[in-house]
Amino acid sequence: MALDSSSKRVFKVVGTRPPRPDGVDKVTGRALYGADVSAPGMLVGRILRSPHAHARIRAIDTTAAEALPGVKAVVTARDFARLEGDKIIDMGEDRTSLRDVRDNCLARDKALYDGHAVAAVAALTPEIARAALKLIAVDYEILPHVIDVDAAMRPEAPVVLAGRAHENVPGGMSPNVTNHCEFGHGDLEAGFAQADRIVERSFTTAATHQGYIEPHACLASVTGDGRADLWCCTQGQYNVRDICAELMGMQASQLRVTASEIGGGFGGKTVVFIEPVALLLARKSGRPVKIVMSREEVFRATGPTVSASIDVRIGMARDGRITAGEAVLRYSGGAFPCETVDMGAQAAFACYDLRAVRTLGWNVLTNRPKEAAYRAPGAPQAIYAVESVVDELCQGFGLDPLEVRLRNAARKGTKSSYGPTFEAIGLEATLEAAKAHPHYSAPLGPGQGRGLSAGFWFNFGGNTSVSLSVNTDGTVGITEGNPDIGGSRASISLMAAEELGIPYERVRATIADTSSLGHNDVTDGSRVTFAVGLATIKAARDAKQKMCARAARIWGIDEEAVLWEDGAAKPSGPNAGDFPPMTLAEIAAVSFKTGGPIAGHNEAHADGAGVSFGVHICDVEVDRETGATKVLRYTVIQDAGKAVHPDYVEGQMQGGAVQGIGWALNEEYIYGEDGRLQNAGFLDYRVPVASDLPQIDTVILEIPNPGHPYGVRGVGETPIVPPLAALSNAVSRAIGHRMTRLPMSPPRVLEAINAGR
Amino acid sequence: MKTIQVATTVNGDGAEFVCGHDETLLDALRNRLGLTGAKEGCGTGDCGACSVRLDDRLVCSCLVLAVEAEGARIDTIEGLAQGETLHPLQQSFIDLAALQCGICTPGILVAAKALLDRNPEPTDTEIRYWLAGNLCRCTGYDKIVRAVQDAAAKMRSA
Repeated sequence: MALDSSSKRVFKVVGTRPPRPDGVDKVTGRALYGADVSAPGMLVGRILRSPHAHARIRAIDTTAAEALPGVKAVVTARDFARLEGDKIIDMGEDRTSLRDVRDNCLARDKALYDGHAVAAVAALTPEIARAALKLIAVDYEILPHVIDVDAAMRPEAPVVLAGRAHENVPGGMSPNVTNHCEFGHGDLEAGFAQADRIVERSFTTAATHQGYIEPHACLASVTGDGRADLWCCTQGQYNVRDICAELMGMQASQLRVTASEIGGGFGGKTVVFIEPVALLLARKSGRPVKIVMSREEVFRATGPTVSASIDVRIGMARDGRITAGEAVLRYSGGAFPCETVDMGAQAAFACYDLRAVRTLGWNVLTNRPKEAAYRAPGAPQAIYAVESVVDELCQGFGLDPLEVRLRNAARKGTKSSYGPTFEAIGLEATLEAAKAHPHYSAPLGPGQGRGLSAGFWFNFGGNTSVSLSVNTDGTVGITEGNPDIGGSRASISLMAAEELGIPYERVRATIADTSSLGHNDVTDGSRVTFAVGLATIKAARDAKQKMCARAARIWGIDEEAVLWEDGAAKPSGPNAGDFPPMTLAEIAAVSFKTGGPIAGHNEAHADGAGVSFGVHICDVEVDRETGATKVLRYTVIQDAGKAVHPDYVEGQMQGGAVQGIGWALNEEYIYGEDGRLQNAGFLDYRVPVASDLPQIDTVILEIPNPGHPYGVRGVGETPIVPPLAALSNAVSRAIGHRMTRLPMSPPRVLEAINAGR
Repeated sequence: MKTIQVATTVNGDGAEFVCGHDETLLDALRNRLGLTGAKEGCGTGDCGACSVRLDDRLVCSCLVLAVEAEGARIDTIEGLAQGETLHPLQQSFIDLAALQCGICTPGILVAAKALLDRNPEPTDTEIRYWLAGNLCRCTGYDKIVRAVQDAAAKMRSA
């Protein structure tokens, strides 16, 4: 049986666009999301949050709240299980400290940001819960706070948390500096000496929120004998289980976590906030407890991205060759240490084949919410700064920005700026496709500008389990462990159908709870279609092997003499015997008589995710009276390796691009002098709406990933990387002034226009 | 707290519930009547995930008091399909992949239906402005606009 198919294979099902299996549920209101379930005897859980950006918690008096009729439980950080030291939780793409997660869920000694949870209640009704929160007396000692990343690095800055600096951070810096990293190779001085022009610029980007429309929600139930059930909207039920079990002092096997349908995540639902608190309240009250965050709570206490301050210096020869590149990145992941700057420092120059390159990264603590992943975490900011400087150099030399990127593009065999040597990658093809696209040569009107940016993301594989059952009626069930955040049931079913040679409609994919299937890493790193797809293909091959063995037994020939082709077992050649092929349905129908049920499964750590590149082209028109930017035309070109369900690949490209447009033009966390977030709602934190946008055109390229049998690469994250610089370059060209600060909200653009007058 | 009895019509069927004087229509639909298709994305009328129709008027049910439903006619996402037959908008949203996570989809479908009821042949720009009160964070709206056009065309030729 030939299990190693060539990458040039012709697909029958993969690459088609059938309806998604969860479509009807989601257009009829039948699909159940985090807040959509209830339980008998359920209580309402509510969280008390710090109104201060930074304050020592001297004492919390909960007696009055506990005495209020209808209040069934009040909890604070003291209700968590004792942790012996810290523990690093492996989240797949990311790592996190258990102690930090705990202290973020309920503040222990200090409230570290406006909105930091300090206590929680469970009560019969929302009204009683709200009243009880007002009765909790927290004795705060207000401390000086710091919000800005550069200010937090200064020696005199208020210290958010002391003693958290990683050992590679040099002494003498502010204790707020917790992480340092350095990447690169080559002789920078020699490189800059060869340049005909060097541009050095400093950039800042605001913290932005993932902005999923579904607020965090969960329903927890704990029984007297120590078992618990948790229903929640999450990108990874297994990590929720592992973290909550540790914090509750429970065995993982006794806590079953079921992922609801998820109303968007984009990385922001890879961590826990309310889930351990709901479990504490459920245990203390002996009743099910549901917590649903308000939108204000989502903004104040979850997400956002890092805020960033970045210096970039690039040297270029007259012919467009980049001779050296250097970047210093200062990221703040909020009030807890965070490693996102490592990814930014690695991604910054990944699109380029450079002989001399260096990136330095620093993570700095500030009194902001704990950073959560957001689509390609750390990369959009770094690549924005680099692509802005490259654009300025192109302008200075009068060179075509696409030609310059082609001239310097990373390709197969390039030693990347962060170390590894690239395998087959699609950057050059993507740039060529951009050059050939009619958008790139379309004329521009007066006051309009065209911007371009390349983008990159690593992608991730990770720990995956899949189980595939062959039903006696010839249909197939797949059990997978990653919530369907944008059509993955469809793409997984397509790959199973392809591999087994059966119609897509005969496959049904189900998302397992944590007790029904082995571990799966969180839905992150653009990993699901790649890694779960890989495990599904391997599980299908496992099932095919077993079905071939059943056919061999029925025919009375050797297992090795049977192969699988076109959805049926066949004798491998004339010598094997003359038997008509047995289809999957025929083998399944008699399975109980030939050895019992048939299933395939696969459990593995998927490597070989395959990096992903994209190029975005953007036309804007800037209103010189108001500073408002209108996006006129937008094109996304990206290498998907193999687009399993092209509709949902396009959807990722379009959705990511629009999130990036929002980041570039409007979205930002705005803090007052008091360190409080001033725009914790969708009215003042303005995400793009339909009338802001043009169509988002897409071009999918397919340069197969050698690490996947069908060539699949993750596609979800790369699309948010290029928009920041594409927009900034377009606006800068439109107004004749280089923009260096995001977002480019109308007042800032107006300021830049007026400065140039 | 004193509760108020409300008699209303939801998706063509008579419905009665008791609610608090300050309870929203969204909470009453979800918690009193078990109709969880309308979602709360913000509670402040900014996201449109809770869109329903009140006597044909498109409203954010999080901004309407439950008591305002007295004697009124409410239409929610649960009433859009006729039995097993999906409304053309629902079918086009599935066919053209106009949803990813699906949380905004009920509100957008209710809003799009309200648009097509008054304007069977909208331009893309009219669709974009009509749906400007319905946030979608996944799709970038491109496929949503196409799906509304597709459904409108099918409804015109039906």
